[in-house]
Amino acid sequence: MSDTPVRRTSLHAEHVRLGARMVPFAGWEMPIQYSGIVDEHNACRNAAGLFDVSHMGELELSGPLAGDVINERITNDASKLQPGQALYTCCCQESGTVLDDLIIYRAGAEAWMVVCNASNRDKIVGVFEAASKGRCEFRDRSDATALIALQGPKAFDILDRAGADAAKLRELRPFGFRDAVVCNLQTTVARTGYTGEDGVEIFVGWDDAPALWSQLLALGADLGLKPVGLGARDTLRMEAKLPLYGQEIDDTIHPLEAGLGWVVKLDKGEFVGRSALVAAKEKGSPRKLVGFEMTGRGIARHGYELLDTSGNVVGLCTSGSPSPTTGKNIGIGYLPVELAGIGTPFLVNCRGKHIEAVVAKTPFITKKRPSSTSV
Amino acid sequence: MSTNDLPADCQFTKDHEWARTEGADLVVGITRFAVEQLGDITLVSLDVKVGAHIDEGKAFGTIESVKTLSDLYAPVSGTITKVNGALNDKPELVNDDCYNAAWMIAITPDSPDAANALLDRAAYAAHCDAQH
Repeated sequence: MSDTPVRRTSLHAEHVRLGARMVPFAGWEMPIQYSGIVDEHNACRNAAGLFDVSHMGELELSGPLAGDVINERITNDASKLQPGQALYTCCCQESGTVLDDLIIYRAGAEAWMVVCNASNRDKIVGVFEAASKGRCEFRDRSDATALIALQGPKAFDILDRAGADAAKLRELRPFGFRDAVVCNLQTTVARTGYTGEDGVEIFVGWDDAPALWSQLLALGADLGLKPVGLGARDTLRMEAKLPLYGQEIDDTIHPLEAGLGWVVKLDKGEFVGRSALVAAKEKGSPRKLVGFEMTGRGIARHGYELLDTSGNVVGLCTSGSPSPTTGKNIGIGYLPVELAGIGTPFLVNCRGKHIEAVVAKTPFITKKRPSSTSV
Repeated sequence: MSTNDLPADCQFTKDHEWARTEGADLVVGITRFAVEQLGDITLVSLDVKVGAHIDEGKAFGTIESVKTLSDLYAPVSGTITKVNGALNDKPELVNDDCYNAAWMIAITPDSPDAANALLDRAAYAAHCDAQH
């Protein structure tokens, strides 16, 4: 038992009513599963899933210099964003290693929002509060803002039933967002997610979240919508090879070796960590983040050693699980670049048993086109 | 938990194994309570061979769900007489039928009355309730 007080989202009573098993996560009491991880995972892949991610942090920066303040603290280039557009990025320290991965939203000419991981909220609040000082307004809106993700091939069919404005959300482009009325509630809806499926993330007032949650669940029930807990959120993101802070990335790893070079814009101008990342790029990383499949009988888990075929420790598993969609046992981990080619055999030390694995193509699932373009 | 949810012919451990006396052997598996805590079972590794001796409280294998891994503990000291190879290919049997088809090992206890030290239904039900 931890001594730190555990916080609850405004959806706590909904989770309990739905029979969720609640667990501590990053200082919060969150649902790990409702009907079961595999059932929820499949619902999201085949129909839709509803996720409470209200524990994430929402920070607002505003003023003429807010965009500059943000851009100096991130690796991607926020100056390219138009109002209504968002982007994924890393926030690094001077050493070039990752403090957090973020989504940056440009709401208006001088209005910005930063969404960070719950586990890093205090750290990221500190970073942006300090960077804002004397240059722009800063507000931590996390306690007032709930976040509900609606993900899966039926996500927009469900929004079609959530009011006239919600029915037009199909027109959002990937990483686009706008204010919208959903189930008669004022929300901000972004076409983003963490599952490898099409869908949206809906920002809503803390106290409005239960009404939004229960209405969406009712609207989508006959289409197969189910509430999804952190357990399936993890297997879904793993199949899509989306990194999880604390596993694939942390403050000892730089984004280039994590396969996140696409969010590092070294040419955009000065930002914290730039010189270290320039040096890292010139030098080249000795290790690479890869996906793999177990070919022997075993399940790789976070923290397991990866071995070459002679049994020497050469890498580390950052995430691993059975993959409900592929039926295989999959993993993500760091291997030396010379062992990182697709098809390369190696071993996973599963608690003393050396089980065969092979580097695999990722994402483990094939990417689907957004439903708006597949009509 | 009601004692009626537990099979009448079994005894139990605090680690959520059940043991059923069949002749000179104790047949061992894991309880419904344990299965529900684990969720969807995806891998069962029974790491003991017939004829081997195992000490009470030592791991005879592991069981993995999507999310977690748990050790399986021998409820008594004794000699392994049977291992349920069906679980190799069908770990989901544990979800479907944990008290019968998903038995895991059989042990001939060193001491014939070793099972007397295990929990009866009422004591095990109380133990589970205390964990909630």
